[in-house]
Amino acid sequence: MARALINVPAHAKKGDIIEIKALISHPMESGYRVGMNGTIIPRDIIHVFTCDYNGVEIFRADFSQAVAANPFMSFHTIATESGKLVFRWSGDKDFEATETAEIIVE
Amino acid sequence: MNTTSNERGDTRRALIVKATRLALGAGFCSILGESAGATPDMMREAIGKLVGSSPVNEGRVTLDIPPLVENGNTVPLTVAVESPMTEADHVTAIHIFNEKNPQPYVIAAHFGPRAGKAAFATRAKLSDSQRIIAIARMSDGSFWMAGADVIVTIAACVEMNE
Repeated sequence: MARALINVPAHAKKGDIIEIKALISHPMESGYRVGMNGTIIPRDIIHVFTCDYNGVEIFRADFSQAVAANPFMSFHTIATESGKLVFRWSGDKDFEATETAEIIVE
Repeated sequence: MNTTSNERGDTRRALIVKATRLALGAGFCSILGESAGATPDMMREAIGKLVGSSPVNEGRVTLDIPPLVENGNTVPLTVAVESPMTEADHVTAIHIFNEKNPQPYVIAAHFGPRAGKAAFATRAKLSDSQRIIAIARMSDGSFWMAGADVIVTIAACVEMNE
């Protein structure tokens, strides 16, 4: 299981725009590099990152080979209600990772 | 006659440039990069696929990327688009393109009115000094863009480099 770091404010006022940061450990191997034995290292990247807020998708990103290793994303959302944020990454070699964060909105 | 001598001059110049790069030790990377790299034409084609025949307006988009980066393996980039982000008028997507990586895409981020702010930050890999272009698609179907030039001193190489 890949390690992921999520940064979501624990508390927010209703209507505030909050910043969300998500980082996951992943090599993002481009598939253009040649390994020690002279063969191409096969591509191994994350293709899609999504963030759901209480079941509704609020952000999605399509990654390419040009996203750096250990992909970092920072984005925003409006704090509407207390609940759960679910982060999902999926990619080559059946890579799947899910992480959640709680937020309390007053 | 003139054209021929010019062409010859160009090849010689290219050779000298390549030789200099080799001499500087960065040659291996550059030569590989050139043979496998995308071209500005590939970027234009990729942009064409996105926008079709719609015009792309300059402005409203801010692309923040350091003009000079030491390490092409992680280049921080931030994009923000001026938009009220309401149900009626919001940014639906921001696409980032590059000129000289092996392929022209970097990232595409999709937004809705719940984002509150049409902005994101990430880190990119750049294999050469090049121009980066950000294109935002609005909910009314219009496109807006911004570009930035980046000089990369150590490229994200295509060969094994650790």
